[in-house]
Amino acid sequence: MRRCGFVHLLGSVLLIGFVSSVSCEAALTGHESNHSEHEHGSSLSGIPIVTFKWHHVETPYLVALFILVSFLAKLVIEANHHVTNIIPESALLICFGFILGGIIWGADKVQTFTLTPTVFFFYLLPQVILDAGYSMPNKLFFSNMGAILVYAVIGTCWNAASLGLSLWGCHMGGAMGDLDIGLLQYLLFGSLIAAVDPVAVIAVFEQVHVNEVLFIMVFGESLLNDGVTVVLFNVFDAFVSLGGAKINAVEIIKGIISFFVVAFGGSLVGFVFGLLISLLTRCTKNIQIIEPGFVFVLGYLAYLTAEMLSLSAILSIVFCGMCCQKYINANMDENSVNTVRYAMKVFANGSETIIFVFLGISAIDKTLWVWNTGFILLTLLFVIVYRFIGVFFLTWILNKFRLVPLEVIDQVIMSYGGLRGAVAYGLAMMLDENKIKEKNLMVCTTLIVVYFTVIIQGITMKPLVTWLKVRRAAVSELTLIEKVQNKVFDHMLVAIEDISGQIGHNYMRDKWNYFEEKWMSKVLMKPSARKNRDRLFKVFHQLNLKDAMSYVAEGERRGSLEFIRNDHAYIDFKKKFDDDYYEEVMPDIMADMSDDHGEIRDPVPSVSLEMHEQNMKAVRDSEDVNTHHLLQQHLYRGRKQHRHRYSRSHFDVNKDEGEVQEVFQRTMRSRLESFKSAKMGVAPPKSLSKHPKKEQQQKMSNGKSLDKTRSYYSGDEDFEFSEGDSASGFNPSYNSMPMRVTYRAGAGIENLGFMPDLDSGPSVQLPRWLEDSSSVVPSQRAQVQLPWTPSSLRRLAPLRTSTRSTDSFMMADAPPNAQQIDLPPPPSPPTLLLLKFLV
Amino acid sequence: MGSSSSNMDHIPDAQHLMQETGFSAAHLVRLYERFDFLDKDDRGELRLDDFEAVSELAMNPIGDRIIRAFFSPGRETVDFPSFVRILAHFRPTDTNRTRNGRNGAQPEPANSRTNKLKFAFQLYDQDRDGKISREELLQVLRAMLEMQVTEEQLQSIAERAIQEADLDLDDTISFDEFKKSLEKVDIEHKMSIRFLE
Repeated sequence: MRRCGFVHLLGSVLLIGFVSSVSCEAALTGHESNHSEHEHGSSLSGIPIVTFKWHHVETPYLVALFILVSFLAKLVIEANHHVTNIIPESALLICFGFILGGIIWGADKVQTFTLTPTVFFFYLLPQVILDAGYSMPNKLFFSNMGAILVYAVIGTCWNAASLGLSLWGCHMGGAMGDLDIGLLQYLLFGSLIAAVDPVAVIAVFEQVHVNEVLFIMVFGESLLNDGVTVVLFNVFDAFVSLGGAKINAVEIIKGIISFFVVAFGGSLVGFVFGLLISLLTRCTKNIQIIEPGFVFVLGYLAYLTAEMLSLSAILSIVFCGMCCQKYINANMDENSVNTVRYAMKVFANGSETIIFVFLGISAIDKTLWVWNTGFILLTLLFVIVYRFIGVFFLTWILNKFRLVPLEVIDQVIMSYGGLRGAVAYGLAMMLDENKIKEKNLMVCTTLIVVYFTVIIQGITMKPLVTWLKVRRAAVSELTLIEKVQNKVFDHMLVAIEDISGQIGHNYMRDKWNYFEEKWMSKVLMKPSARKNRDRLFKVFHQLNLKDAMSYVAEGERRGSLEFIRNDHAYIDFKKKFDDDYYEEVMPDIMADMSDDHGEIRDPVPSVSLEMHEQNMKAVRDSEDVNTHHLLQQHLYRGRKQHRHRYSRSHFDVNKDEGEVQEVFQRTMRSRLESFKSAKMGVAPPKSLSKHPKKEQQQKMSNGKSLDKTRSYYSGDEDFEFSEGDSASGFNPSYNSMPMRVTYRAGAGIENLGFMPDLDSGPSVQLPRWLEDSSSVVPSQRAQVQLPWTPSSLRRLAPLRTSTRSTDSFMMADAPPNAQQIDLPPPPSPPTLLLLKFLV
Repeated sequence: MGSSSSNMDHIPDAQHLMQETGFSAAHLVRLYERFDFLDKDDRGELRLDDFEAVSELAMNPIGDRIIRAFFSPGRETVDFPSFVRILAHFRPTDTNRTRNGRNGAQPEPANSRTNKLKFAFQLYDQDRDGKISREELLQVLRAMLEMQVTEEQLQSIAERAIQEADLDLDDTISFDEFKKSLEKVDIEHKMSIRFLE
């Protein structure tokens, strides 16, 4: 690994060296050839077959190359986990920037690549912020909104003012020699360096899993105070250009007013655009391919519009992302939502990488460096000290009003997490050299503060968090009971507030939820999407999905060895049903038998069914309903539910192996039990639904688009689990038959969790594996047994005492040739047939 | 403060209540006003209809359960001390620690984590047998999800939830299991409200 990384590094360094030298030579030769072309242009003797037109593509080419190199750098860095565990990625990227900058400097003798404010604010920052807003855990954010605002607004103003004034004081005291900086300019400098940078903060905090309240505090603050700092910067910039003499009370008041107008105006613009996106995605059903594009384009427009109106662009795009997330996720097709998510991450993560590399490169520029020990060190000191003072003081006040006070340790981390970053640098670069003589010193100081905070504080953050024993976030996903309980808590608090006559936070939230439900959702959400987006429900599906995945994993682990090969069973099964039934149900239930049943002589298990009266009843009740649609409504979404932790580069996966195992085993056990109970006394189904055919058609129509995604999930094509259990069955043929539990919605073996509702919205295309997840066995013993009859429980009771381990429970449960739980190896012939058939 | 202490006189056994529940005098006064307001015919006790008169509660899916939680078994009415004692479950936990340290003797205040959970538990456990049965869980689920989910789905959600929490495999959730399953939940946060002074 290390060697590979080294090779990559070497490769990319060489590439860069090569590129930069080529670029500079080419630029030169380009000019020359330009001349010669002009000279010879008229006397063109023939059509050149190939011409080398470097200057023609120079700029975009260099941009693309630069991006490529940054990404490669990230690739190398990420390949070395032992390094990134100690040093955060952002710091490493900056260091890479140093190297790269050195090479470029060596080649060009001048820094050709610098991060200009235009590039930064127009092309790099928006997507980062949009992503942050879009992935914002809204509930958490709004429940801590007050505190976040206090930190973001008052805290930032405090930082700016105290830093500016202190530096000015030190200047007056003669601590930094002869500098041409006035009070206003110090304040301007203070305002640009005051804000905690979201890019840097997230890059560090995403690796340190602090508890969610702390996280949202730092994260929310860093987002909002960027807006604040830009506003402050503009105000002071205006003051500086106005000149000290002309500033009077009126101007100051105007400044304060403009501060609020800019901040709230920006947020409002973002809000409006967010609503606009939500509305638009309501009606993009027919252009699904480009519907994700709307999100990005409108998000960017929100940014530009706010910028155009000289409002806070950052706040605008943050709120735009926050407003639209709920509605677009509900309105758009799952594919589009995924596209948005991934594309958002690609953009954000990409520009974050580029920003850090740029920050590194910028350091290697001789013209930039102006050293003034006093100024630089004092700035560094004040930045950190005032951050601590500010946080502690504000928290002290806030804690008087907070239900659960912030602990001292949390405050330390918050203060220490005050990383400065690219926004400060971008603002520093925007300083006007004509008005501020010491611009270079300021830029240089900003860079040093950025390096110090990102690299030094970034590296020490993790040990500090560990050392202080900061409450970490619970990494695991919510269990169903937790989710239920959370909901109960919500209702309970509202009720208690009602009874005790308090108008508090919960009351307000309840009212807002009501309003949101009644009006906003109605207007902004597709009617079909409004249904069944209950969160409790989602967790349920999420867990089911997890189960299903463990089944696959388990099957893969066991390989196909245990697979039961038994042709008789298959035939027996066929005999059981008359042809009509077969025609109608089989394709769906036993898709792998495929259209020409007779020919399947492959070793893989025929079919097994587990049918229960309960299930059949359920199906009968809801025959006409489009289960399929309901399924796609739920299944995937469940998985994405509840991601509080923001990460620009990762989607959370549940890592809690233990829990997965646990649930899996329990589920398997319960399945076995239910299977037994089925054989004990439940007759094979007699009634059929018309439904399967319909569903079948739907699948077919979807087939085309599904092809693309199939390859990833070929393993999921069939979640089949043989549970042949000869121990307790009565019917010999049934008995010897490998029981493959293939649940398919609408086919009689239902996952009751996915019971149909009366929603017949248009079918949306859905990736192969998702669709097939209708056959994912959701595995609850609830749905397969007769849960509420005590007798059945009693009968099952002894079984449940078996131990947890998969193997042993199998032993315990199933005598001689026990049941087997496994999967066919993914691309088995029947699977292929199944595919063919479905497509 | 002067006015509140004069109001304090109306409250029976105020000092003791303050000590027991940890509410401040101002809290008690305010709660007493509320109690008085709810108590339409000035009986000094609240009846079921008094609670039901709170219009917002009608919209709350588990409102009736919460109301019932105020009534101790067999009683038809709630007097002020029990009213306050129930509400004390919802005081934030933190400030209590110091108070508890001072009092020392007090075994476990109503707003401790366990007692908060007990209150929550009891919302499910309507027959008060110390266990949440499937049926009891179903009722709560039904109340909270009714419109959106079919009965079968409810069944299977309940089943799953019990399966998750049920450690001794008796198909019910005992209080210990309940507590354990909510180990990671920040109860102090989720079961506290700010009482106005």
